Amino acid sequence: MEVGQMQRRLVEFTKSLFMEGFLDGQFLQLQQLQDESNPDFVVEVVSLFFQDSEKLLNDLTSALEQQNVDFKKVDAHVHQLKGSSSSIGAQRVKNACVVFRSFCEEQNLEGCMRCLQQVKQEFYLAKNKFETLFTLEQQILAAGGSIPATEITSF
Amino acid sequence: MARNGVASWRRRSSDQFDDPSPCGSEDVHVLAVDDSLVDRKVIEHLLKISSCKVTAVDSGIRALQFLGLDEEKAAGDFNGLKVDLIITDYCMPGMTGYELLKKIKESSALREIPVVIMSSENVLARIDRCLEEGAEDFIVKPVKLSDVKRLRDFMTRDVGDRVRSDGEGTTHKRKLQESSDVSSSSPSVSSASSSSSSSLPTTPSRSPSPSPSVSLSEPSSPSPSTGSSGPCSPSSLESPTRRLKMTSCCD
Repeated sequence: MEVGQMQRRLVEFTKSLFMEGFLDGQFLQLQQLQDESNPDFVVEVVSLFFQDSEKLLNDLTSALEQQNVDFKKVDAHVHQLKGSSSSIGAQRVKNACVVFRSFCEEQNLEGCMRCLQQVKQEFYLAKNKFETLFTLEQQILAAGGSIPATEITSF
Repeated sequence: MARNGVASWRRRSSDQFDDPSPCGSEDVHVLAVDDSLVDRKVIEHLLKISSCKVTAVDSGIRALQFLGLDEEKAAGDFNGLKVDLIITDYCMPGMTGYELLKKIKESSALREIPVVIMSSENVLARIDRCLEEGAEDFIVKPVKLSDVKRLRDFMTRDVGDRVRSDGEGTTHKRKLQESSDVSSSSPSVSSASSSSSSSLPTTPSRSPSPSPSVSLSEPSSPSPSTGSSGPCSPSSLESPTRRLKMTSCCD
């Protein structure tokens, strides 16, 4: 595949991520922060998020498996996850966390368990999408092309 | 890395004023405090890209240590880098950003340093509390480049004023209810002509979430209305006065 084609594919893919709600404006902010002196900034931050959050998800899972669930603790974890997903623009993960928190507040265990599943699903879905995005970028760079900037026009 | 180096602007100016001019663009040193690794990385980068020197720490305690305000050392014991701005997350385990703010404002050595609070939760009572305690500004997360740029502008513009003004720093009471002031000074824009008496932005910025500058067809985040201890749904309100009229979330 030649560079132009790859670039178009990337643009289309990125657009779809926004349209499907995987990404929001905050991701664009991060892309804006990337420059020649920090060419891997976005990849680094996103990778950090996935590493960090994997642990959070494990903590959440065990917290909900306790005999007496400490909902405050669960909420604190979800709050953290919500915050960091919001910081990288992972909108669907963030939204899932928002719903999760309301169940924590109600101390609704069943609701929480469902939300955990939902959050995990969104998490891994997002991870997948980011991986695809970064792979496309890598391919373009490897072929000597440059990454087209994400255009914010109405689509 | 136990580098402590902080001085109030006033003190610094009487010793040797390192900055060549108030607008020395590389000289703004920011201490960023956030327990989230991801957020630390982002804020650090946002600040660096805005030509600030950054020290990022993960807790209030570490921040106080860096500022030279721990038990072992006297507050005056610093040797180098002064801190021009402290930007801290509100929700942190151990010492919250609010508690850190209080400690800083209680310290004669440090109270002159402007403190900005960041929070993912747009809770009016929280914002009020922070401003009453002396925070210069309150930024709703996720932090954007425009937020940082605004802070930078106010920092460099403000340096000269802070050095000259005396007793200005002691009262940091900001009344959000000064609706006339608020609407006229339009704080979310880095207006060069800030109000005469206080050269600091008088109101916090509320970045609506998601990013308003992008017109993407994103589904709006469904924030269910929670009870009193939950976050207010961040609606796209820019003006604090509108916020006052429309919501009554308290925590």
